[in-house]
Amino acid sequence: MSENPPIIETHALSRRFGSILAVQGVSLSVSRGEIFGVLGPNGAGKSTTIRMLCGILDPSGGSGKVVGFDIATQAERIKERIGYMTQRFSLYEDLSVVENLTFYAGIYGVPRSRRRARVDEVLEKSGLTQRRKQISGTLSGGWKQRVALASATIHEPPLLFLDEPTAGVDPVSRREFWEQIHRLASEGTTVLLTTHYMDEAERCHRLAFIFRGQLLDVGTPEEIVQRRALRALELETDRPREAADVLRRQPEVDEVSHYGHLLRLTTKGDLDPEAFARGVLARHELSVASASASRVTVEDAFVSMVREGEAASAAVAA
Amino acid sequence: MFTRPLVIAWKELLQLRRDRMTLAMMAVLPIVQLLLFGYAINTDVRHIPTVVYDQDRSAASRDLARSLSATGFYDMLGDVRSYLEIEEALRSGRARAALVVPADYASNLAAGRSSRLQLIVDGSDPQTVGSAINTASGLVMARSSELMLRKLAGSSAGESAAFQPIELEPSTWYNPELRTAVFVVPGLIGVILTMTMVMLTAMAIARERERGTLEQLIVSPVRRIELVLGKILPYTIIGYVQMSLILLAGRVVFDVPLVGSLQLLYVLAFVFIAANLALGLFFSTLAKTQQQAMQMSFFFLLPNILLSGFMFPFESMPRPAQWLAQGLPLTHFLRIVRGITLKGAGFADISQELVWLAAIFAALVLLTSLRFNKKLV
Repeated sequence: MSENPPIIETHALSRRFGSILAVQGVSLSVSRGEIFGVLGPNGAGKSTTIRMLCGILDPSGGSGKVVGFDIATQAERIKERIGYMTQRFSLYEDLSVVENLTFYAGIYGVPRSRRRARVDEVLEKSGLTQRRKQISGTLSGGWKQRVALASATIHEPPLLFLDEPTAGVDPVSRREFWEQIHRLASEGTTVLLTTHYMDEAERCHRLAFIFRGQLLDVGTPEEIVQRRALRALELETDRPREAADVLRRQPEVDEVSHYGHLLRLTTKGDLDPEAFARGVLARHELSVASASASRVTVEDAFVSMVREGEAASAAVAA
Repeated sequence: MFTRPLVIAWKELLQLRRDRMTLAMMAVLPIVQLLLFGYAINTDVRHIPTVVYDQDRSAASRDLARSLSATGFYDMLGDVRSYLEIEEALRSGRARAALVVPADYASNLAAGRSSRLQLIVDGSDPQTVGSAINTASGLVMARSSELMLRKLAGSSAGESAAFQPIELEPSTWYNPELRTAVFVVPGLIGVILTMTMVMLTAMAIARERERGTLEQLIVSPVRRIELVLGKILPYTIIGYVQMSLILLAGRVVFDVPLVGSLQLLYVLAFVFIAANLALGLFFSTLAKTQQQAMQMSFFFLLPNILLSGFMFPFESMPRPAQWLAQGLPLTHFLRIVRGITLKGAGFADISQELVWLAAIFAALVLLTSLRFNKKLV
């Protein structure tokens, strides 16, 4: 795999909308067969980045190569070799499942003689054979998403872009969707997707974290979590609101959040979170019923990075 | 090259087939419009309700009123006794015209003196005024000469046939009975094509934009020209179906003649349909939603109906309005369609209009390509 050139490679990619810099200086490299997740809060520049990579939005600065072609000058060559699925699953709602697939097969230049077989194959793989005649508009969210994914992969593209593919889809459908993604990846398809679901982020091979148009971190989920150097603890107290207020005021504390009866605490630096929490709460005459160490998640790292970024830009503004 | 436009056209037709409402509109609209315009628009003014204020009350004056009524242009509602009553009748709309015969009408005629009749017309509808006055003065003139002849005949009996006053014999070609339907129905082909073609294409792209499928197409390898062709193709077919419907119904219901070559009409109609489709596409590059596209199409339709010569004569419009009208495809198509169906015009007679249509089409295609960028902005 390391022999191959990366399927996506960008250098200092930027995009400006008027006076707003939506994306600034993003340099990325994605290898073939990877599932690459792009994370970031709303408006961070994820969709803008994807659109530049697809060749439907010109970069204002920097350069990039996707499937071996330049994103600024060879956009049409790129478009033939990628699949793209938007957050709204843009299907023709008044066409049936099989009509949608046949349409995209024609648009993506699947030869007429192979179109039928290819559509049947994709229907089979997506478990859509039973619903082939159903009008797409009458499908539920999860099924629509399957049809959308099937449409985006009808021409067997080596690279697939998914922009928030699971927004508004129930957990069972999401799980099945991820099975499809991993199947595609195992068949050699590279998948680049954006998501807001942190459990999904952990299913990616590698992640990129974008905040206010800038790339803050890239790496495997484990690497990203490790680099934040956080530790996590779950606490049970009889007065969780007061306990949370007290803990939040401590500089060592990264984040405190409520999970039912439990408080979840993440701390920065090299300290034992349980001893630290017990000490702080005891000083404020708050008791701890139980405490147990917890795994630090990508979500913890994500929230920590956003908080830090916001604090930094607030400091600059002040 | 041809696969993708065909795939898109196939998809458009599939969608259209599921959209029963639009489909019904496209078939029913031309027929309803045809009947509405064909029957309701009538620019010949007949049966003007008229009252008579006969101050003379002689045999001669009654004879005059009778002969006015006999023309069919005036319906005599009866006598009134004063100008006050005339005013009342006109103001209430009961009558549109009033004839006043002076008290000395019969005695003047008998004495060989001229007599002044008065015709009062409701000017709130200018079209009525013109017709009413023309008819009445024509009639009165004819009557004067008749009376004069009778007088001359009286003085030298038996020689009446020898004397002929100067006469004008008007002769109308192409639509001798001056039936409005004959004039309106061919024009209606142009109006209905303008309406449906512009609206359908404007909405076809706006719909894709609204539902997010346009982004899906933009990210596909479909080229601009392929998308435009694929969108235009099915609607061209619909345009021809509508045109045939109107021609057929116009023939059956209103007996509209087809003097010229049907083939020529169908060939030239293509340029007109293409120009309208290009215009629809241009609108769709401006509109963000289907609703906006619809509104734009309607705003565009109004000047077409008013300025193109469909309802009002082109020649009688002020110059600036004429210049504006030259830019409308309908103006030129009306001349083509009326020329072919009513006058049997050949290619040479209408080639100038074709040049205009082609120029408008080219300008619109240029504008649209400049506006329609396959990159997202």
